[in-house]
Amino acid sequence: MSLLNLDGVKVHFPLKKGVLFDRTVGHVYAVDGVTLAVEAGRTYGLVGESGCGKTTLGRAVLRLVDITDGSVVLDGTDLASLPDEEMRKMRRRVQMVFQDPLGSLDPRQNIESLLSEGMAAHGIGADREERRTRIKEILAKVGLPANALSRYPHEFSGGQRQRIGIARALVLEPDVIICDEPVSALDVSIQAQVINLLEELQESMGLTYLVIAHDLAVVRHISDVIGVMYLGSLVEEAPSDSLYAEPLHPYTKALMSAVPIPDPVVEDTRERILLTGDLPSPASPPAGCRFHTRCPWKQETKCDTERPELRDLGGGHKVACHYAAEIAAGTVRRTAGEAIEPVAATEAAV
Amino acid sequence: MSTKTDKIDRLAELTAQTETSTGHSLAYEAFRRLRASKMAVIGACIIAVFVVLAVLGPWIAPYSPTAQAWRGEVLPAQSVFVGPRGENWLGLDHLGRDEFSRMLVGARQTLLVGVVSTLLGFTVGCLIGVGAGAAATLGGRLGRRIDTVVMRFIDMLLALPSLLLAVSVAAVLGQSLTTVMIAVGVVQIPIFARLLRGAMLAQGGSDYVLASQALGVRKRRIVLGHIVPNSLSPVIVQATLSLATAIIEAAALSYLGLGNPDAAVPEWGVMLAQAQRFFDAAPMLAVYPSVGIIITALGFTLLGEAMREALDPKLRS
Repeated sequence: MSLLNLDGVKVHFPLKKGVLFDRTVGHVYAVDGVTLAVEAGRTYGLVGESGCGKTTLGRAVLRLVDITDGSVVLDGTDLASLPDEEMRKMRRRVQMVFQDPLGSLDPRQNIESLLSEGMAAHGIGADREERRTRIKEILAKVGLPANALSRYPHEFSGGQRQRIGIARALVLEPDVIICDEPVSALDVSIQAQVINLLEELQESMGLTYLVIAHDLAVVRHISDVIGVMYLGSLVEEAPSDSLYAEPLHPYTKALMSAVPIPDPVVEDTRERILLTGDLPSPASPPAGCRFHTRCPWKQETKCDTERPELRDLGGGHKVACHYAAEIAAGTVRRTAGEAIEPVAATEAAV
Repeated sequence: MSTKTDKIDRLAELTAQTETSTGHSLAYEAFRRLRASKMAVIGACIIAVFVVLAVLGPWIAPYSPTAQAWRGEVLPAQSVFVGPRGENWLGLDHLGRDEFSRMLVGARQTLLVGVVSTLLGFTVGCLIGVGAGAAATLGGRLGRRIDTVVMRFIDMLLALPSLLLAVSVAAVLGQSLTTVMIAVGVVQIPIFARLLRGAMLAQGGSDYVLASQALGVRKRRIVLGHIVPNSLSPVIVQATLSLATAIIEAAALSYLGLGNPDAAVPEWGVMLAQAQRFFDAAPMLAVYPSVGIIITALGFTLLGEAMREALDPKLRS
């Protein structure tokens, strides 16, 4: 049993209408049946484009949004069915680092107050002095000066603020930290620092991460296992190396081919897949495979009628595509989608 | 790895040395901006003078506000009004009372009405606002419904013209100074409630509230410790501006004859109403209380506007 198990998690937001009394007119299927497991001491990376439900899934683990269906089991306890007060206590064990480092810190609190709040809520540390000692330890760990205690969030730089956010999660000594786009609001140079910090902390404190990001390079660098989300569900899940070496799902292939390669020769000769159309509305997801409206390998049968389940194609490489094996073997041809000819080939023709 | 953290530590220490080691809170920085604003300084000076006069009025007034200069004497009707002169700086009113002394003593009534009624509106309005705002942000489905019902009621109050509402309240409660205070205060309630609730709703959706929830902080602490303090600045600005409106409305109610029935206690609105009858003969008697009301209201408005600018989150560096 893994440390954190999500089974069939669904988060549906009701769409309301009405002036005085709300009437439900439909649902946004933000997360629609996600099953995944995060091993203790490991990092699970969750990627997907904007609006695919990855942030909502992260919040669902902490019950910051209501879980419609499914279970979130942390170390044998199902968080989805816990009463509110029990859930509040469980939050000590699952912490979150937010995307916007400034927005997630109350501008009126100084750093000591920010960091001791969670400790006070969970009764960690007997008195102010004890908490302060503990906070100073954590500040040193995340690379912030000890005199930061009496200063306010707006007096720090972006990277420092994110360190404060990480420190705030760490003081509670959580088992799992959910990092929701931890570096996307930072400069590239600072991104590397924060990512390295997260890795160092994992090594020294044995932390377990669920990292949510849209940046494939970041996720690849930090993750042991990667899950690719599309429109509320996982389309592919594999160990990091295996996923990057051989993406099996057409959507993952398209995502990977959008990453530029820092080698002009390779960059010019490789084939890129451009997806057509937009992400369908999560309020009315397409029937069958969620991706069939944009899939370059869409087939006549099954794709638009039957929703593919995540199945293991060997080596822990799971994919939710009816034709994944055939596509990999090359027995199924591409039916749609613009393929951009390699530049080198075009030049040769001229 | 350790060399990297060492480097970061050293860098952090270096940068920390150049900055002040104790931080400045947002409130402190807002106060600094306020002090640098000319508008705020002028407004604050006007208010300070007004408050000093209102508090010390009865003691520094040269005459009793009810002492009549020609009591017992018989005078021709035309020469009743005496303009400014050596012993009466602003002249005498229609009953021969010293206008300057009446203005000084009347300031206290005006300040009292303004402060008490605004305090009433502020307190009750904020209580309703906090309740509705808390219910709407963290109360779940039931809370949102409660918020809707409360807010529709507040909207109803808000839809009534404020003076009409004040007159109705005053008419029900009878003629007295307390009535004026309550009437003017009640008018302010929906404004404060709506304002605070709206600000809380905006703060409720912010990341740091989500972060506090994720930390496992209790809901009451999130509302009182995070959402409310961050929502207060528009309400404080409104309170300052409301003092100006309250003074004007209290004067209007007194002018309409709904104020203190005791003519012996001078009040600027009452003085204005009485001066109206003699406007042809002594227009200055109407001008003094009007100018008093205008300058005081201006003082509070200037300070309020300056505070609005100083507290504006967009100006945070």
